[in-house]
Amino acid sequence: MNLEFSAQEQRFRAEVREFLKRNLPAPLSAKVLGLKRLTREDLIGWQRILHSVGWSGPSWPKEFGGTGWTAIEQHIFDEECSIAGAPPIISFGVRMVAPVIMAFGNRAQQDYFLPRILSGEHWWCQGYSEPGSGSDLASLTTRAERRGDVYLVNGQKTWNTLGHFADWIFCLVRTDGAAKPQSGISFLLIDMKSPGITVRPIPLLDGGHEINDIWFDNVSVPVTQLIGEENKGWTYAKYLLTHERVNIAQVGQSRRELNRLKQLAATTADGARRLIDDVRFRDRLAAVEIDLMALELTVLRVLSAEGRRRDPGPESSVLKIRGSEIQQALAELCMEAIGPYALPWIPEALEAGWQGQPEGADLWGALTGRYFNQRKTTIFSGSNEIQRNIIAHRILEL
Amino acid sequence: MDFEPTDDQTLLRNSVQRLLSREYGFQRRQELLAQSFGHSAQVWQQLAGQGVLGAGLPEEHGGFGGPVESMIVMEEMGRSLVLEPFLSTVVTCGGLIGELGSPQQRAEWLPRIVAGECRWALAHHEPGARYNLDYVKTTARRQASGYVLNGVKTVIQDGAVADRVIVSAQDDTSPGLSLFVLDCSAPGLHWSRYRTQDGRNAADLRFENLTVGAEGLLGAPGTGLASIELAVDCSIAALCAEAVGVMEAANAATLEHLKTRRQFGQPIGRFQVLQHRMADMFVMATQARSMSFLATGQCRESVRTERRRALSAAKAFIGKASRFVGQQAVQLHGGMGMTAELPISHYFKRLTLINATWGDIDHHVGAVGKLMLAG
Repeated sequence: MNLEFSAQEQRFRAEVREFLKRNLPAPLSAKVLGLKRLTREDLIGWQRILHSVGWSGPSWPKEFGGTGWTAIEQHIFDEECSIAGAPPIISFGVRMVAPVIMAFGNRAQQDYFLPRILSGEHWWCQGYSEPGSGSDLASLTTRAERRGDVYLVNGQKTWNTLGHFADWIFCLVRTDGAAKPQSGISFLLIDMKSPGITVRPIPLLDGGHEINDIWFDNVSVPVTQLIGEENKGWTYAKYLLTHERVNIAQVGQSRRELNRLKQLAATTADGARRLIDDVRFRDRLAAVEIDLMALELTVLRVLSAEGRRRDPGPESSVLKIRGSEIQQALAELCMEAIGPYALPWIPEALEAGWQGQPEGADLWGALTGRYFNQRKTTIFSGSNEIQRNIIAHRILEL
Repeated sequence: MDFEPTDDQTLLRNSVQRLLSREYGFQRRQELLAQSFGHSAQVWQQLAGQGVLGAGLPEEHGGFGGPVESMIVMEEMGRSLVLEPFLSTVVTCGGLIGELGSPQQRAEWLPRIVAGECRWALAHHEPGARYNLDYVKTTARRQASGYVLNGVKTVIQDGAVADRVIVSAQDDTSPGLSLFVLDCSAPGLHWSRYRTQDGRNAADLRFENLTVGAEGLLGAPGTGLASIELAVDCSIAALCAEAVGVMEAANAATLEHLKTRRQFGQPIGRFQVLQHRMADMFVMATQARSMSFLATGQCRESVRTERRRALSAAKAFIGKASRFVGQQAVQLHGGMGMTAELPISHYFKRLTLINATWGDIDHHVGAVGKLMLAG
């Protein structure tokens, strides 16, 4: 057992910091740290910068063009990037569909798609949820019917994140209506430029455009874009979901928000004393910091076990539950920290380059919006109630 | 970072587990509980016989390993709810002797600890101090050959079964704390010995004009506070590990209960409301183990603020986890959680008292908060 970061891991951290100092554009980190809305170009631009040094696949093995980093190194990389204000890696490609293509795709699919994910040429999005299939995902009804060399896809996907930026979508579709729900599902890769696809934004409570409804109307998809075997898609989907959950702990992002919260608490005052000198508030802040330390160590444990076993197990549900709860707690405290400045709603203030002159506070509206927005974290990617079911059934065998 | 135990560490865990499952089953523990102060000379000798009492102590005096080995032993002691004074003797006082003792003191005391020939306790806490380690009113007045001590120490854990005790006092000549080693049976020590709520023991100690020879001084005069703080942090790490062992045992017992107890024609573990409660208990225990690792990894960290932040964070979190797991384990057992005849209430009581030892949740959350001010 070595319960501290090794010398090599500390050197790696220093290397990542040095890289960020030299390569993370200041206007970009200012947008991230200032909670401005990020454009497609912001996110793709960062992916290209990482690609230029061979770091755009931090979780990938070397054989597919990734970094080959250990799980601990990946964690250090994520954490340093987040704290420095780098945009998030576009996870739908790099972290979600890519592991599925690596594990279950054929050689041609790997050769075509993986390099384009790394370079940022292809932006991926996810087609899982449907209006009638949320937590009960296996009840999905979007159909794919085989017609010679193509599938004809019909149906509706919803809660699709950033599909309006996407070049490709990976979809769960029903290929056998007679089988048990889980047994009739296939995993299809679909070009977003295909005729018959309609994308419509779903307005969110914070005023942002993040998610969409997507309709498929007789969309023709070559059978070469089927992953693995027909009707085995549920297996691949579950594989993807556990990979998604490791990342979903979002320790780096929460560290960044904790730094923000400390900064806010040290600079906000009520005329007599700073917020951080109010023991009631400070102890709540300390309690979240403690929770985050516990989460981080747990992430490191799960990751290093994963390093030996390869696949993240159901323990990743623990990370999803705690990661999301901590994200929400931080968003809530940040909003509370600004007191009455939680009220103003000035959407322009969320755009980079806004020239308004706020009286008395920065981050107008952004923190309240973030609080509203972060309520999603305990709902998406398998709600926390579903995660508790997974723990109860798969770990505790209840 | 590497969370996999070495072969030696696995061997250590297995050998402690084997010994305790053979000699320290729940019924055997119930018998020991019925005796005074829970301590068993036989069990103590068996632990010594397997070398367990050397965990974390210097090799030159018969010890082996470091904080990780202490952690492993403490987890297993927690799992079996061992009543022996391992923490006080080996971790707290053994650590202080190892750090502060002169070569003669180390050579005299440490091998005897490893051999199971004596039991130690730390007499630091005083009335009115709560969890403030800096609050000591006991005085040490220097005289021609040695010192004169006056004061009262309370809730000295394992004090009822200790042979020797380390006492802290304000030094009148070198401002600050000085530490003294006293023989518990020496004249002039007024003991009040009692059981603790979890079946272990503690004691209060009062002395008036007690003379102590210079050879009883442990470490340089006036410099004891930093060493006490370090010894308490190491003890906190060990307590965290013990709590992890207790929580895992409580969770295992509760899970078993959910699978076997039938109501409304089915095992109660079929009910989702209980499944989710059990899942939350698992989530807490999983993270508690992570925090125990953090505490163990940082308890000898040389930068004080970093060590303090980690240890307070760990103790606060484990306090929260212990409370939740303990209370819910009783709740999910229903009426059976209330009896003294099943292990579950004993897990609950131990977890509750660990929280009250060396700083509770509020104390340590507050400590992390204050460290935030320091930057």
